[in-house]
Amino acid sequence: MQSKISTMAEAVSRWVPDGASVVMGCGLESCIPFAAGHEIIRQGKRDLTLIGPISDSLFDQLIGAGCVRKVVVAWIGNVGGGPGYNFRRAVEHSIPRPLEVEDHTNFTIALGLQAAAWGVPYLPTRTALGTDLPARNPSLREVQCPFTGEPLVAVRAIQPDVAIIHVQRADPEGNAHLWGNLGITLEAVRAAKHVIVSCEEVVDSAVIKGDPNRTVVPGFLVDAVVPEPWGAHPSPVQGYSRRDHAFYADYYERSRTRESFEQWLQEWVLEVEDRAEYVSKLGADRISGLRPVRQLAPDVDYGW
Amino acid sequence: MGEGGYTRRELMVATAAREIKNGEVVFVGMRLPLLAFAVAKAIHAPRAVGLFENGVIRDTPPLGPIVTMSDPPNIALAISCTTLLDVMGLLQQGRVDLGFLGAAEVDRFGNLNSTWADGRRIRLPGSGGACDIASLSRRFVVMIPHERRRLPERVSYLTSPGYGEGGNWRERVGLRGGGPAKVITTLATFTFDPESREMVLDTIHPGVDLDLVRAETGWPLRTTPELRETPPPTPQELEVIRRFDPGKIWTGE
Repeated sequence: MQSKISTMAEAVSRWVPDGASVVMGCGLESCIPFAAGHEIIRQGKRDLTLIGPISDSLFDQLIGAGCVRKVVVAWIGNVGGGPGYNFRRAVEHSIPRPLEVEDHTNFTIALGLQAAAWGVPYLPTRTALGTDLPARNPSLREVQCPFTGEPLVAVRAIQPDVAIIHVQRADPEGNAHLWGNLGITLEAVRAAKHVIVSCEEVVDSAVIKGDPNRTVVPGFLVDAVVPEPWGAHPSPVQGYSRRDHAFYADYYERSRTRESFEQWLQEWVLEVEDRAEYVSKLGADRISGLRPVRQLAPDVDYGW
Repeated sequence: MGEGGYTRRELMVATAAREIKNGEVVFVGMRLPLLAFAVAKAIHAPRAVGLFENGVIRDTPPLGPIVTMSDPPNIALAISCTTLLDVMGLLQQGRVDLGFLGAAEVDRFGNLNSTWADGRRIRLPGSGGACDIASLSRRFVVMIPHERRRLPERVSYLTSPGYGEGGNWRERVGLRGGGPAKVITTLATFTFDPESREMVLDTIHPGVDLDLVRAETGWPLRTTPELRETPPPTPQELEVIRRFDPGKIWTGE
């Protein structure tokens, strides 16, 4: 078996070059790969295109850090608070740099990735007809159905250079289990040219194969496996961590001005060596307060 | 707290809950609509099923307070945890009876803007799933604070479709979903004229002056002939709302 185990620093350095398009936040508000995002910031990556449906505050942080040239998104902000202040500063005032925005809906982001995952140039939908989205987004085009003549919106395939997901467990080859809401995870990892999986735990392949319905990405699609406990904090990971509402609220307040955002970035990203140091900085009390109530699934029998 | 012993937002939640009929499939959303789903489930719509765009399908309220639809108490003991495409496919197929939406602006024909405010000077977060719900659900309900800047005659950016320019606009552009059925604001509730599709004042919240509603609305407002007061929340509705929002995070003044 080929081990793809690597550190986050190695994975980001190798698979996220300047100018890459990166899909993240595929679970919507859960399992957001914040550890990967912070490493991208520390390595000073530039001219990235970020792709995703919601991403909570992760995309706002990357934009504020100056890593991003373009976003292909349905929504950018702070889910618990409101607007994304770095996103606003970039769009309205080109601070820290100008930002190109391709506005999608959650459905059209997923369809664009699904088209790439299926190897077709577009997929049709009935959403967004008559709105300003197809009027202003070159990847959405109003077309006529070749069979019925009905108006439809064609969503152009979206093929990211790399997908980064965070999951509960994976084996060293990258075969990965994820449970809870799946969002656009399945489409994103199949659409992307490369995949980085960060996980709470690395497990033996027997664990993965013992419950194959829970596998969201087969290892042959995966380039790097990063063991990264608490790698999605402050977003929740079912069975491992609750959402850290207070951490999000603090970010929301401190991102209000450019100055206080820069202080936040120093404190939680730039002056932090890696995720292990971030977790120790959070402290044992905070971590234990995030541990969830147990809710074990009943056993299933794959008897043959 | 108002004179009746409840807040305006508690009244909005109770009003929204009454829109959910027993057995309906509902695209729930967060905050006030999530509370409305809990109220409906507990009181008059025990067989309602909730869909969330992250892929969650559940027939009970979350197991504890949540801030996002992906918080663990909304996942545990769901009916199904599937993909966004799966639930959006059900929506597109016409299997979702009702969706709830908020927005920065709603206009005379129920169109929503959540992309740009103040002309094109303030960038808002964007559609998320709102455009999908407005395009594809069989009907939808809008919940919004009632301020003149939020109720313009015409939205400056059309993120999520209501009745467009009115009349049969939705059919003309090819939208299959039924469009907005009701708008619930902090001051009043509105329905839509079946012909012109213009938003029409239907009920006014207890203690609210009609002149205030007119002043805070960006077009010459028409009213239904039978204009009446919005029925206040019942003690039972208030009990459920306060059980799910004990700190009044969503339903405070």
